[in-house]
Amino acid sequence: MAEKVRFIIERQDAPDAKPYNQEFDVDYRPGLNVVASLMEIQKNPVTVDGKKVPPVVWECNCLEKVCGACMMVINGKAQQACCALVDNLKKPIKLQPARTFPVIRDLLIDRSRMFEALKRIQGWIELDGSWENRDAPIQNPYTARTAYEISRCMTCGCCLEACPNVGPQSDFIGPAPTVQAYLFNLHPLGKFDAPKRLNVLMEKGGITSCGNSQNCEAVCPKSIKLTKYLAQLNRDVNIQALKNIFDN
Amino acid sequence: MAKDMTKKKIIIVGGGISGLLATIKVCELGGEVYLFSYCPVKRSHSLCAQGGMNACMDTKGEHDSIYEHFDDTVYGGDFLADQLAVKGMVEAAPKLIKMLDRMGVTFTRTPEGNLDLRNFGGQKNKRTCFSGSTTGQQILYALDEQVRRWEVKGVVHKYEFWEFIKIIKNKEGICRGIVAQSMNTMEIKSFPADTVILATGGPGQVFGRCTASTICNGSAVSAVYQQGAEIANPEFIQIHPTAIPGSDKNRLMSEACRGEGGRVWVYKDGKPWYFLEEMYPAYGNLVPRDVASRAIFKVCVHMGLGINGENRVYLDLSHIDGDYLLRKLGGILEMYSEFVGQDPRKVPMEIFPSVHYSMGGIWVDRFHFTNIPGLMASGECDYQYHGANRLGANSLLSAAYSGTVSGPEAMKWAKSGKNGSELSEAEMEAARAEVQREYDKILQMNGSENAHKLHHEMGDLMYKYVAIERDNNGLDACLVELKKLLKRWDDIGITDRGHVANQEAMFVRQLRNMILYAMAITKGARCRDESRGAHAKIVLENGQRKHDENGDLVFMGRDDKNFMFTTIINYDPKTEEPLVSYREFDHSLIKPRARNYAVAKKE
Repeated sequence: MAEKVRFIIERQDAPDAKPYNQEFDVDYRPGLNVVASLMEIQKNPVTVDGKKVPPVVWECNCLEKVCGACMMVINGKAQQACCALVDNLKKPIKLQPARTFPVIRDLLIDRSRMFEALKRIQGWIELDGSWENRDAPIQNPYTARTAYEISRCMTCGCCLEACPNVGPQSDFIGPAPTVQAYLFNLHPLGKFDAPKRLNVLMEKGGITSCGNSQNCEAVCPKSIKLTKYLAQLNRDVNIQALKNIFDN
Repeated sequence: MAKDMTKKKIIIVGGGISGLLATIKVCELGGEVYLFSYCPVKRSHSLCAQGGMNACMDTKGEHDSIYEHFDDTVYGGDFLADQLAVKGMVEAAPKLIKMLDRMGVTFTRTPEGNLDLRNFGGQKNKRTCFSGSTTGQQILYALDEQVRRWEVKGVVHKYEFWEFIKIIKNKEGICRGIVAQSMNTMEIKSFPADTVILATGGPGQVFGRCTASTICNGSAVSAVYQQGAEIANPEFIQIHPTAIPGSDKNRLMSEACRGEGGRVWVYKDGKPWYFLEEMYPAYGNLVPRDVASRAIFKVCVHMGLGINGENRVYLDLSHIDGDYLLRKLGGILEMYSEFVGQDPRKVPMEIFPSVHYSMGGIWVDRFHFTNIPGLMASGECDYQYHGANRLGANSLLSAAYSGTVSGPEAMKWAKSGKNGSELSEAEMEAARAEVQREYDKILQMNGSENAHKLHHEMGDLMYKYVAIERDNNGLDACLVELKKLLKRWDDIGITDRGHVANQEAMFVRQLRNMILYAMAITKGARCRDESRGAHAKIVLENGQRKHDENGDLVFMGRDDKNFMFTTIINYDPKTEEPLVSYREFDHSLIKPRARNYAVAKKE
């Protein structure tokens, strides 16, 4: 008989329902990851007690660690399920929803607060329009490299889940959306609106809510140097605050 | 805020690159967009595009020209693409790149700070703009940001985690709305519109394991096909030569690997055999995808030379400077290390071809209107631009370009006065109630089949009969098997009868659409008795596959006289089967010539 991998999955039938655990066994195969295991459970949704149950609900799209959809808490750590290889995980493997976000069902969560935060920090270039006008400005290739590093952020929410300052006790919008402000401030056109973004980060829920625990960088699946950019933003915000005083 | 009743309402289904660009265009023209998506649009499948986007920038001293891009695309597509449509696309390409650059796409730069360009398959000149190896992600993000800006202004209304179910036609037969279902609350609702654009991407999931995201199931395309929209050229399915085989998905290893100097080889007589370089001296490793895939398939399956006898060949970057690789291909090298556990900078990668892209899709005219008035299609879900085979890095281009066409055209149609009467409350409710009934029926399904297992079987069937090498025996058998699957669908049993995020019930509905789409692909392939681009058909002799004196399979040739036509598939509601016919398209600019990548292109 094939080797089995045991999963303990924290389930929840509805947003306001009580969570409960269910256990499933999945046939081991080389290269098996957590999403592939959940897919196997879909094909045969039977618990280790032999009970036929509704298949586990979760979110996934690309399975290549670029879309950010399948973030969940695996053995206590927020991460993407698609690239969480069973070989690298302690057994039994415990799956939980990232409860920093409202749970919709099972491992499916509502991350709309992150997209709302992107609205707040004005995470875009103020384009006159999508028509042709002139060439875009030349960019310093080194700055562009930094921008690319930050721009790979996939809004997965690992950093919010890991951050001790994101939660009901605080308004902090979280590391990922905050650092996006830095990205747009780097762009030759985006920097025209840098003061606006920095002023937003001065407000409640902005950079002052960051406690520099550095958990964010430790869990970022894209290895974005979040603490470095948070520190630089903090400096930029302070300079902006002084400018605000002297300009008035 | 009072609603502006005079604003034109455009429904856009799908928030990938095409849907988002269409959204931006509609907003700029004063329209209001209702944007529907399976997921937050920032997670759409466009982000899996890795290598880049083609545009003749001519900044590498190679005297590249727009004509050359045009000719490469038409030739690469084996003369089945509408040439006037392609011409419009390649002419717009450099402008689109400059616009995306202004939007903040993090394109990789030269030391001077200009946009860098790389080589790609089927093209001799450096023409591909890129952001490391996650170009699609970076373009999608910039568009997502622009759409968020319009959302803040109150003219984009996002319906994320809503599934499109079907269109609603008014009494004149004009599309004036859609029915959609919330994937979280399961609420079913009708939405009216002046124009509807589908930008729902490709049908990769019809093949089960492929390079596409799990959301790329072609279900929306199949739904409108069943409502009378014509499908064009569905038999042209691109098999990407270089993917990491996996049981949950085949992960793409970008063509940029070959563009940056990667070499494909296997051991033969104990020595590395660079078979693409030997078979195709002019283009070498940079032959187009259909050519490379067939060669790899031949080497593994027919010659038995795959690595350790398995269906795998080496894709080798280990001779290239590690720092350079990190800068140009960082994203995908990281992915390979993560999923396979080996560093491609040190050891050759092991890859095999995988279903990747659909050249075919909903038939559209050059303005992206389907045959159903008021319904448009844009992006991979339409059939335009790529003919029988798509060149690498032309998909980001066609996605972006089609959105810049469909958006403004949707507004023009909305204002034309030709879209007939608005839907009445009763018509909207009737459409909603019909979908509700169908959904409730699924919730009651109590049979013995598991939908995910059926899906797996369908994928196996499609790979066996309708992938790299096809023959009429197999295609006939496949059609029979698909019909059986359709029957077995009725015997599905579901375990989830809940009313929150019922993914199982939604998948059951999608699966039926997928089976019907699979039949369209297979029938299209069955009827096209020639080889062209991605469609390679083996000659049968006395009911058996024919081999030549060397023991190689004999393929049908390209037959311009009988098959240089667009395949058109209509759905027959009585039998549920696809009906095939052929239609003229424009090929007035470049005369068809034989396609041969062993020698440099001659015009």
